[in-house]
Amino acid sequence: MATLSVCQPQLGGFSFENCKRNALLEANVTNLGCGLPSFRKTGTTICGVVYKDGVVLGADTRATEGMVVADKNCSKIHYISPNIYCCGAGTAADTEMTTQLISSNLELHSLSTNRLPRVATANRMLKQMLFRYQGYIGAALVLGGVDCNGPHLYSIYPHGSTDKLPYVTMGSGSLAAMAVFEDRYRPNMEEEEAKRLVRDAIAAGIFNDLGSGSNIDLCVITKDRVDYLRPHDQANQKGVRSGDYKYKHGTTGILTKAVTPLLLDVVEESVQTMDTS
Amino acid sequence: MAVEFDGGVVIGADSRTTTGAYVANRVTDKLTPIHHSIFCCRSGSAADTQAIADAVTYQLGFHGIELNEPPLVQTAANLFREMCYRYREELMAGIIVAGWDRRRGGQVYTVPVGGMLTRQPVCVGGSGSSYIYGFVDSSYRAGMSKDDCLQFTAQALSLAMERDGSSGGVVRLAVISENGVERHVITGK
Repeated sequence: MATLSVCQPQLGGFSFENCKRNALLEANVTNLGCGLPSFRKTGTTICGVVYKDGVVLGADTRATEGMVVADKNCSKIHYISPNIYCCGAGTAADTEMTTQLISSNLELHSLSTNRLPRVATANRMLKQMLFRYQGYIGAALVLGGVDCNGPHLYSIYPHGSTDKLPYVTMGSGSLAAMAVFEDRYRPNMEEEEAKRLVRDAIAAGIFNDLGSGSNIDLCVITKDRVDYLRPHDQANQKGVRSGDYKYKHGTTGILTKAVTPLLLDVVEESVQTMDTS
Repeated sequence: MAVEFDGGVVIGADSRTTTGAYVANRVTDKLTPIHHSIFCCRSGSAADTQAIADAVTYQLGFHGIELNEPPLVQTAANLFREMCYRYREELMAGIIVAGWDRRRGGQVYTVPVGGMLTRQPVCVGGSGSSYIYGFVDSSYRAGMSKDDCLQFTAQALSLAMERDGSSGGVVRLAVISENGVERHVITGK
């Protein structure tokens, strides 16, 4: 008598059942004829600048899956703590989850110390975690915020190295954005000038890099307030159609008209109620 | 690179970090303080050397508190060597440890890739070092003064930065002696 396999209830924890199947699929890619799905990456332009009263962070809003735009308006500036925000480039899931994890840990730390968290703390937590994973977590971050020691800006690479600088750019559009910064950055700018500079840097990334596009998000962090400007600038609005290809009634003249009615009888009628509970 | 003189050490580094052909940071500070009078010059993978330096800074700070006196440069060098040798397969880090302590004065120790530890009066490291071995070997004389050492280091680094694509930016120098640390920056201007 054949043994029946009973469906086991999920015991919790990660189910490794699909790993064998995935490995087999990966090995047989050429036989299958189609490609494996790729990760959703955020081919991105993100940047940050330190100005007189604080930091300005900027990001584009395009998320790509290979050569197709997966999300036209995704949010790349993530919340870490009330005074610290982080832009993320690289694998979308990695940046999202990493920033959420550190945000959670930082909140617990802040409650334990009874103080506003410092940007250096967030930087340490992020770099130590990314180093532990030896670069397998593809998260390139621009971390900025204002704490008791003033405004700070860090760039954090997937392998866990960090740089503390007055202006940073990351992502596929970073070269275009850095060109704008290197030309126009000055120390101790005013807020409006800093916002304009970041906006222009992201715009350079959007228009010159294929992986970046759509709108520009800005986040201005000062000692007293945070302005999350989403969207700050809708640089790529969908065009309005100026003409119509439909022909008007009467364009084609009618010469003759012949009507043939089709006689149909109802054969069967059945009603199926939908479960709308 | 690092040079010993009577009464301290002179250390220097360039300031370029690259990701492939792009210069990620043109004003990097590769001279990292490990303790008040002990510095390390980092070369190789930035992530690896930053992580190692942070770990050693913590261990040395702890050790200094336990001892209740400034730790020895040799101790710092050994902590680096311990980590670099143990994880030699996973790491890519070439480190020069230099500093001043009361027992032996100015000392320079080199911990290249692989985790060897040796003390030398002059040490060079990094991708640009290959271009200046000749200059260093012919130009170095034992018993140079502090200013001679500064001049020598700046000259050597400039020559390396001229020839090596992965080196560039500004020349960062530091003098570590009994009186503390004095830092200099030499820009292109």
